[in-house]
Amino acid sequence: MMTFLKSREAMLGAAILLLLFLIASRFPAFVAPANLVRVFTDTSPLLILALGQTVVILTRCIDLSVAANLALTGMVCAMLNAAMPGLPVAAILLLAVALGAFMGALNGLLVWKLAIPSIVVTLGTMTIFRGIIFLISDGAWVNAHEMSASFTGFPRSTVLGLPVLAWFGLLVAVLVAVMIARTPLGRAFYAVGGNPHAAIYTGIDVGKTQFWAFTLSGALAGLTGYLWVARYAVAYVDIAGGFELEVVAACVIGGISIAGGAGTILGTILGALFLGIVKNALPVVDISPFWQMAISGTAIIVAVTLNVRNARAKGRIILRSAQAEGATA
Amino acid sequence: MQMSVESRQFGAPAAGDEPILALSGITKTFPGVKALSDVSLDLYPGQVTALIGENGAGKSTIVKTLTGIYQPDAGEIRVSGEPVHFATAQDAAAAGITAIHQETVLFDELTVAENIFIGHAPRSRFGLIDWARMRQQARDILTRIDADLEPDMLLRDLGIASKHLVAIARALSAEARVVVMDEPTAALSHKEIEELYDLVERLKSEGRAILFISHKFDEIFRIADRYTVFRDGTHVGSGLMSEVNEADLVRMMVGRDVDQIFPQRQKSPGDEVLQVVGYSHPTEFADIGFTLRRGEILGFYGLVGAGRSEVMQSLVGITRPSKGVVKIDGTIKVIRSPADAVSNGIVYVPEDRGKQGAVIGLPIYQNVTLPSLSQTSRNGFLRLAEEFDLARHYTQRLDLRAAALDQDVGNLSGGNQQKVVIAKWLATKPKVIILDEPTKGIDIGSKAAVHAFMAELAAEGLSVIMVSSEIPEIMGMSDRVIVMREGLIAAELEGDALTPETLVRHAAGIGEKQP
Repeated sequence: MMTFLKSREAMLGAAILLLLFLIASRFPAFVAPANLVRVFTDTSPLLILALGQTVVILTRCIDLSVAANLALTGMVCAMLNAAMPGLPVAAILLLAVALGAFMGALNGLLVWKLAIPSIVVTLGTMTIFRGIIFLISDGAWVNAHEMSASFTGFPRSTVLGLPVLAWFGLLVAVLVAVMIARTPLGRAFYAVGGNPHAAIYTGIDVGKTQFWAFTLSGALAGLTGYLWVARYAVAYVDIAGGFELEVVAACVIGGISIAGGAGTILGTILGALFLGIVKNALPVVDISPFWQMAISGTAIIVAVTLNVRNARAKGRIILRSAQAEGATA
Repeated sequence: MQMSVESRQFGAPAAGDEPILALSGITKTFPGVKALSDVSLDLYPGQVTALIGENGAGKSTIVKTLTGIYQPDAGEIRVSGEPVHFATAQDAAAAGITAIHQETVLFDELTVAENIFIGHAPRSRFGLIDWARMRQQARDILTRIDADLEPDMLLRDLGIASKHLVAIARALSAEARVVVMDEPTAALSHKEIEELYDLVERLKSEGRAILFISHKFDEIFRIADRYTVFRDGTHVGSGLMSEVNEADLVRMMVGRDVDQIFPQRQKSPGDEVLQVVGYSHPTEFADIGFTLRRGEILGFYGLVGAGRSEVMQSLVGITRPSKGVVKIDGTIKVIRSPADAVSNGIVYVPEDRGKQGAVIGLPIYQNVTLPSLSQTSRNGFLRLAEEFDLARHYTQRLDLRAAALDQDVGNLSGGNQQKVVIAKWLATKPKVIILDEPTKGIDIGSKAAVHAFMAELAAEGLSVIMVSSEIPEIMGMSDRVIVMREGLIAAELEGDALTPETLVRHAAGIGEKQP
């Protein structure tokens, strides 16, 4: 089974290397270390959101409100900075995470207590969050000149050769990976998605586990909200519009099963990187950005097909292990 | 209800009528299990044949064989004397054989008329569905069976009894000559059952052959003309209902000999561990009271749907009782959730392994440690080494056969999956373990292993509640048996009072008559 999972991620890793190779053959500068760092930094927001989304999808749910959560948190941070330029970045970061977590918890509560399907809940809250941005901003933009230098500078500042934004991507990846692999809550995410009935008998509260998944996803969306607005130095109603679908796509390409309970954090990281590389490489090699959509779409279908085929291969293994069992018996 | 007092030799079919459907020498083997061995079954026009047998006797296998879902390994099926071969369910349907299942397979979001004619709807000249004709024909059939239903009603708005009527109407629309009814009255009220009997009479008068599967003796004697009894996949007897009485049928069903070997046990129950008083639920069970001692195996017997699993689910906090008290070691405990039950030392190994047991996709060791994560973690972080130790300890005790502990549970056989689930619960070090149909659907070898292990657990002082519908298992393993019927305790049996006959009598609600 381990070889199996490894091979799924290995295939995706190989696809990424092949992609890089093809790009490098036409445009060698793309694979220069400095450019790769730039691509990773650019992919970090997608990565952070996809990590949160992974946890939600593992519990058999989906969070469509992440991009709206990001935009609302970003707007609040930007307006706060414009009103109180002296507020330290640390306080804004804390606030962004707390606000995002609050919105995520709201999703989680609706899913948990009212047992509404998550796709409906988050479709609703997505629209509500976007509406709230309009209400608090009156539809106006917060532009670069209204933001303080420390506010916009933070994600771009470099530490040990890597921009802070990229560090956040790495940090969140490591934290989520540890949480998933090494905490009872992480195990519960898999159990709830893999077999909710069994989870109930085991004493795991399915709704509560899903609540925590949404809260985590929301917190990460909030964090990204500040980073996003600060990096692009602009906040308006429609930022990151439709980004939630790209986030779900990264998870699916990474092998996270929409049926819940299956997938790895490494898969999500690779899925996000794949999309990030495609997005950054196509303009460089002079292919229309519309191709990017076609390529992303193809990648999703290929990934899902491979997952289904893997699941079938799993059926055949039963015989082999039965044989092995007979041999040892 | 009056029946013949005379009992005669079994197996003498009446001469005269030609059977519409005749199965003979049918054998069907599944990996490790011989489900049917050289059985025969004849169905006659205008007559109701009751198929009787304990759970696991092979009733549903024969139904699936004659409706074309299973193909027999050996044997012959004849329709009106002609040998036939049903490769698919469609073949059987084309031959006029229809089954009405326990859970009717109908479509909730479609109308009554669409459900009746799905698959064979009347078509117009252009090949489109002829709605007017379909409605008219549906109305005709519904009138014929006296069903007060409109063709345009949505199925989801109907009760279970009405859904049965739709299923029967569907059988009639397909010009069924043979109608199989698998426990049709299990979920019906008394009035609805009477209506169903009338309908069966009408089907009989139209010359259709009916196979009626039921555990309820009163209804078998009320509507059946003939009987066929199966036991452990073999044909035990058949004949006319007028020539047998209840005692004969019970004797044929349960047999005399318990040919399975069960572990010898020293019966020395200790102190009371669990006491349940006046346990009730608004709709599922009432006034359940029993005690369980240390080291005791308490059997719960009853027909499917008697409320045994519902009581157990309530005991472990999955559903809430409306009243009643649970005492553990003499002190009253309130169990609000499965987590409460686990921490109070009560665990439940559910019947449906696939749905409620193992988490397919997680490796073996993670399945085992799932309810014990607080044991294997420090400061909120899991310790893989300790998880492996715990999993290794309990899976070895259960003699689990697996290549490695990080293997996916989904790759294990049914018996080994069951061992993983039991290991999971033992790892929580419970006081009371509830096993719901612990050996259902697993092969004989694994069954013996589970039985031996159950005896070992009891000897170590664990108290076991075993819910089982298999009489040999109940007889062979239990110190005491509680029989449930229709949500109530029908009897508590022990010692000499515990016989296959008394079990079946109390479970089926046959009065205390002399056999």
